[in-house]
Amino acid sequence: MAEEMRIVLRNYGKIDPLKIDDYIAAGGYKSLEKARSMKQTEVIEEVKKSNLRGRGGAGFNAGMKWNFSYQVQSEEKYVVCNADEGEPGTYKDRIIMENDPQSVIEGMAICGYAIGSKKGYIYCRGEYPYVVDTLNQAIAQAKAKGVLGDFDVEVRMGGGAYVCGEESALIESIEGHRGEPRFKPPFPPVIGLWQKPTIVNNVETFANIPIIIEKGGDWYKAIGAPNYPGTKVLTLTGDVNNRTFFEVPTNTTIREVIFGLGGGIAGGKKFKAVQIGGTSGGFIPESNLDTSIDFDSMNSIGAVLGSGAVFVMDESRDIVDVVARIAKFFEHESCGKCSPCREGTKRMHEMMERLNAGEGSAEDVELLGRLGKVMSVACLCGLGQAAPAPVLTTIKNFNADYQAKFN
Amino acid sequence: MANYEDIISKYQDLPGGIIEAYHALQREYSYIPEDAIRVAAEVFGIPTAKAWGVATFYSYLKVGKRGKNVIRICESAPCHVAGAAEVIAALEKELGIKMGETTPDGKFTLELCECVGQCQATPVITVNSKPYGDMTPEKVSGVLAEYR
Repeated sequence: MAEEMRIVLRNYGKIDPLKIDDYIAAGGYKSLEKARSMKQTEVIEEVKKSNLRGRGGAGFNAGMKWNFSYQVQSEEKYVVCNADEGEPGTYKDRIIMENDPQSVIEGMAICGYAIGSKKGYIYCRGEYPYVVDTLNQAIAQAKAKGVLGDFDVEVRMGGGAYVCGEESALIESIEGHRGEPRFKPPFPPVIGLWQKPTIVNNVETFANIPIIIEKGGDWYKAIGAPNYPGTKVLTLTGDVNNRTFFEVPTNTTIREVIFGLGGGIAGGKKFKAVQIGGTSGGFIPESNLDTSIDFDSMNSIGAVLGSGAVFVMDESRDIVDVVARIAKFFEHESCGKCSPCREGTKRMHEMMERLNAGEGSAEDVELLGRLGKVMSVACLCGLGQAAPAPVLTTIKNFNADYQAKFN
Repeated sequence: MANYEDIISKYQDLPGGIIEAYHALQREYSYIPEDAIRVAAEVFGIPTAKAWGVATFYSYLKVGKRGKNVIRICESAPCHVAGAAEVIAALEKELGIKMGETTPDGKFTLELCECVGQCQATPVITVNSKPYGDMTPEKVSGVLAEYR
């Protein structure tokens, strides 16, 4: 039976998040001190060795990313924490920031030292004004204690744009612009915020850093799945008994998450589908439940780990209705910069509504499949590329629900 | 121009600070007054069209009048399957307005929104960004009473 393992949430419930002394008493800021006694390249090597991969959804090796910025000669560099958690069904970054804000700030300061940056930003979504208060208090305490040295951290509020979770859109937003993704390359680690080298990492990624420096990359990479080691904080929603969050090693299976920790399907009903990774994740049928949640295993079944949202649907759920709702989300959140996404999300929503109302046909389903394939390769950023996944995976795995709408 | 400039100019020296200024305006008025956008454009030295473009890009920021208390209802998939539609119907009935409208006395505005990150307690509504979880039609009048 699956069990929780708390690495990111190691201080959850054990410290007062608004008392830096509690964090320090629990060993906090020792890792920053240790990192500063190492060479910058040694810090980066340790993070690389841990094989920590980005927890925001893209799964890129954090140490390799840091190395890109380290190698660029620049007077100014930036460390940005992506706290624009907007993925439906996800609230893990909020849990981390509310309960242990200093671990995120320490992780950012370690990154700052490693790449040669003295300035960090936490881009926190506007819908979390109470988290912004917590972060500001935590930063003020860290500055007053002097633990950050010459590293400065500032909080900026997002404006409720899902696309700003994309790192170059987030950077545009910090600069005070519309949050539209940039053309890449160049990538942010080389040319980012105000055209300077910039590391954008997720809240959960940064919260992993202090313990990696403390215990070493070898210790970390032995936990969970070898190709995506460590733990992942998951948030369970939908028709599951325990609608809450869990932190598990990455070699835990989907079945263990839903039926072990999650306590199974609510109301004694049967399982129908689970969507993992947020609203752009694929819908997973019963036959794939024994897949481990790590990044590569999820990709191998045409799904994603993404943000770690686990949205469970029981046998009574109408998949077409749920996907129609999701299609509306993407039409609303498309930034409009590129036409495959701007037009594609609109037409996709239109067709899904038509099908859901019982006015569609098999031809619509076929057209949706073609549109989805075009979007997944032609859209500028991850939003448009991933938007068709719920449609495509449900046409594949839950075709009977579509058939039922027009037969 | 009221004291728009007083609020906005606090952020003048902050690089990219226009969005922070908009948040500050919204905290004061519960929305961004249209005239304030012209002031922001002047303070930050950018064309009005650009200041307007930034303000209207972000769904958490609202340009143009809203009620004193802004009620937002999440309609993302987890809240959708948990019964958001019934909560929406109850709110509309209780306030006598539809989604997107403001009560005649200017006290309440109803808005749909996407995920607010409180998914341990779906369906969720927020009043002036304060979350209320596990909402049911029965709970609506009790929540509204806090703001009446």
